[in-house]
Amino acid sequence: MMLLPLLGALAIAIAPSTNELLTKQIALATTLIVAVAGILTTISFDFNNTALQFVESYEWIPSFGIKYAVGLDGIALILILLSVLLAPIVVLAGWNESEGGRWGAKTFYILLLVLETMMIGVFASTDVFLFYVFFEAMLIPVYFLIGGYGSGERAAAAVKFLLYSLFGGLLMLASIIGLYVISGNNGAHTFDINELAGLSQYMSPMTQNLLFLGFFIAFAIKAPVWPLHTWLPDAAASATPGTSVLLLGVLDKVGTFGMIRYCLTLFPDASKTFTPVIITFAVISIIYGAFLAIGAKDIKRLIAYTSISHFGFITMGIFAMTTQAQSGAVLYMFNHGFSTAALFLVAGWMIARRKSSTISDFGGLQRVTPVMAWSFFIAGMSSLALPGLSSFVSEFLVLVGTFTRYPVAAVIATFGIVLAALYILLPVQKALHGPTTPGNEAIKDLNLREKIAIAPVMAVIVVLGFYPSPLLNIINPAAAQVITSQGFSDPLPTSNGDK
Amino acid sequence: MGGNFLAPTLEYSLLSPVLIVLGGAILGVLIEAFAPRASRSSSQLFITLTTLATALTALIRNRNGESVTVAMNSMVFDGAGVLLQGSILVIAIISVFLLADQDNFTALAAALPGSNEERISVQQQLKVTEVYPLVLFAVAGMMIFPVASDLITLFVALEMFSLPLYLLAGLSRHRRLMSQEAALKYFLLGAFSSAFFLFGVSFLYGYSASITFSGIHDAVIGGSGNDVFLLLGIAFLSVGLLFKVGAVPFHTWSPDVYQGAPTPVTAFMAAATKVAAFGAMLRIFYSVLAEDYLQWRPVLTLVALVTMVFGSLVAIAQRDVKRMLAYSSIAHAGFLLSGVIALNKSGLDASIFYLFAYGVATVGAFAVVTLVRDSSGEVTDLNRWSGLGKRSPLVATVFSGFLLAFAGIPLTSGFIGKFSIFSAAYESGATSLLITGVLSSAIAAFFYIRVIVLMFFKDSVEDGTSVVIPSIYTQFTIALSFIVTFALGVFPAPLLEFISSTATFIR
Repeated sequence: MMLLPLLGALAIAIAPSTNELLTKQIALATTLIVAVAGILTTISFDFNNTALQFVESYEWIPSFGIKYAVGLDGIALILILLSVLLAPIVVLAGWNESEGGRWGAKTFYILLLVLETMMIGVFASTDVFLFYVFFEAMLIPVYFLIGGYGSGERAAAAVKFLLYSLFGGLLMLASIIGLYVISGNNGAHTFDINELAGLSQYMSPMTQNLLFLGFFIAFAIKAPVWPLHTWLPDAAASATPGTSVLLLGVLDKVGTFGMIRYCLTLFPDASKTFTPVIITFAVISIIYGAFLAIGAKDIKRLIAYTSISHFGFITMGIFAMTTQAQSGAVLYMFNHGFSTAALFLVAGWMIARRKSSTISDFGGLQRVTPVMAWSFFIAGMSSLALPGLSSFVSEFLVLVGTFTRYPVAAVIATFGIVLAALYILLPVQKALHGPTTPGNEAIKDLNLREKIAIAPVMAVIVVLGFYPSPLLNIINPAAAQVITSQGFSDPLPTSNGDK
Repeated sequence: MGGNFLAPTLEYSLLSPVLIVLGGAILGVLIEAFAPRASRSSSQLFITLTTLATALTALIRNRNGESVTVAMNSMVFDGAGVLLQGSILVIAIISVFLLADQDNFTALAAALPGSNEERISVQQQLKVTEVYPLVLFAVAGMMIFPVASDLITLFVALEMFSLPLYLLAGLSRHRRLMSQEAALKYFLLGAFSSAFFLFGVSFLYGYSASITFSGIHDAVIGGSGNDVFLLLGIAFLSVGLLFKVGAVPFHTWSPDVYQGAPTPVTAFMAAATKVAAFGAMLRIFYSVLAEDYLQWRPVLTLVALVTMVFGSLVAIAQRDVKRMLAYSSIAHAGFLLSGVIALNKSGLDASIFYLFAYGVATVGAFAVVTLVRDSSGEVTDLNRWSGLGKRSPLVATVFSGFLLAFAGIPLTSGFIGKFSIFSAAYESGATSLLITGVLSSAIAAFFYIRVIVLMFFKDSVEDGTSVVIPSIYTQFTIALSFIVTFALGVFPAPLLEFISSTATFIR
């Protein structure tokens, strides 16, 4: 499945660069085939088996004990599913996105497909070294996608993104080297995640804490958790809507995914040590992101800030160390991917039509462009976790799961929901409702291609809001496994919450 | 004993790679003297390449021979030595192709800049074909340097590869004054460092009453000598070696020389000198002074830390691509020093891999620099590189590839090198090297990326800067180094295995 997008990229590279349509068709076909493959994989996945499935392993660099090893657990599967589903939507929704770029459509779609390969690889790899290779190499296509095809200060935003990520990545590299050496001192050099998981018993608390921090800072930059978030608004505001969808919808999930897969599994003691600090940062992210979002004037920045708030919820859920919160966090990753995708895509269309990304320039779109306005409205409602839409389930699970262990954090975080209502409803009111302000009268509604692109996103948002259990069935065993490996048991629900 | 002269026994087959290179160099000198001017350029190139290729073949044939001391104990041939010699030969081969592009060299080296002779020589389209034998002499010296096993041979080899390089540095066609200044600076500072080196040699002799490495090693183990002499000896010897690799605080020559020298020479010098000098350093510290590590390790660690950080920080401020690459090479010298400090088998393997990978990428990067020109020669001002990605996407992409390799991004050889060398350092307990190394890599990434930004995301300035169509030779150099850089990033296993099974020092 990982090879497919690469083949597509190759096909585009070979295809004549003058024929843009062919390029786009190849890209769409490739991403669709990959999406179907992803769905088939999900169907054949054995829910009740907590071991890794679809395992493949080949020697890569034997002298360092490095393997090309991939395999899926429920969490990885969900995120891969998210990636492969969003990719064709992004291609279709951003049909003309490569216009205004520096290098034309061909390069754009090659980068996009290479990126898709790496996204699948980063979630699937079960070898820490391989994971790192994807983690870092992924930055290069994103960097060129933002810097080459974005708008505004795109070069500066791309550099900021790359430097932040590289810095985190290098810290992680130091930790990986640490793991490598420790594994060599206690047996054989290995990067196998399962073998490394037993290694923490050989580390002094100090070592474990330092190695944990190396990983965690890298993931916290990626996720992004306050105070390491400052690259995100710039990157999201400058990137094309499609790139933003992949950036916030999928790439940032690598951070939260890494926290579960690597921080928790490899360093259980250090994770416990740092949990209070991390929960605090997560709560600050929730509230701080929400306040920034309320103050945002630019629609893309607004979405980026809301994401910071949402990533706060996800991080909190991960480190609350209860199965409920953990499952909620994973489901949240999936849902956030779709609701952000919807917001960014619709916002992208609005911006392209109005030629402005300032919220106050819009007004009364509901009357002029009902389909677009409704899409934005539903996406926004999902973002503020309205019951009946997908995010509600996950946010509820995270809050309940956190409350059983950290009631104060959960209570403060709940205010995030109130603020969310503000930051979503205010722009909705400004842009969609009320009288149609000058400049907005002639805006066209979504065309057929755009409708086809947004429809599946809307469907997912609504369906998962009512019926999330198929996904939860996949996630729950894996999440429970992680929590058990931490030596935690779920606290019994208590009425006074003083646990 | 009086009149008896003991003829030295020489193991000709083992020495053959070095002898072939020297023979080729002498042949080149003869051609300079006797061949007609018109045919020199092509025949020199042919002879140089044949020589290097033959030497490499001879070396490969020797590869499975046992580790032995040769030439009356003045050289040793062991796995590590053969690997280092092989790296030097490979790097020499790919950089010799750059020399073929004679536009980079002055027409008549003896003519004063701006003089009548110079103008006439340019009109007559003279060529300095003596660069080929000079390079061959330097290669021979570099090949001896890491396999020398006594201090005298070591010193002779040092001078043998340094002198031709001093000359070569002054041969630039454009900006000749700067080139000559660079040569003079290189020569004076180099002579100075040689003096230090000799000083160190004499102290080590005073300490151990021996000039052979094994003799010194015995004295170190025995611990009977005067430790002050030993320490002074190590210190001065290290100054000479650190000068050659461009470690802080002995680095000041490198930006000027890198900038002033003709770019093909810079490419060769930057890549091959590092291999030779680090090769010798590895041998001395691993096999001669290993037992005395408590004394030299802290100081060398400090030098390595300062070198990494300084090189990366100062590189940020550079406005000239060659100077930037010079400071980046200083930073890399710091990374390589961690391999020396590691003092374990994985450190040795990692250093050899790193040297080879870095050398190849360096030659490739400088080869790209030779392509960007305006009417008056190469353009090295970074501001004028902006928008290169638009005008010549291929050249800009390839250069970005080399920069990413320097920055150590995964899937390039630089990443594997960095990973292996830092893990070796950490294995030996040098946590500070690991952390500083990683942080300075982050700093270094900044200026590599800045160049990529310039090339791809900035609009071009219309000032006549253009990319020349590379000659077939330059194309070959760039293509080969690019392929090697990425092949070693994706499939490093064969080379790593080969190195780890071959690289050993005999004591």
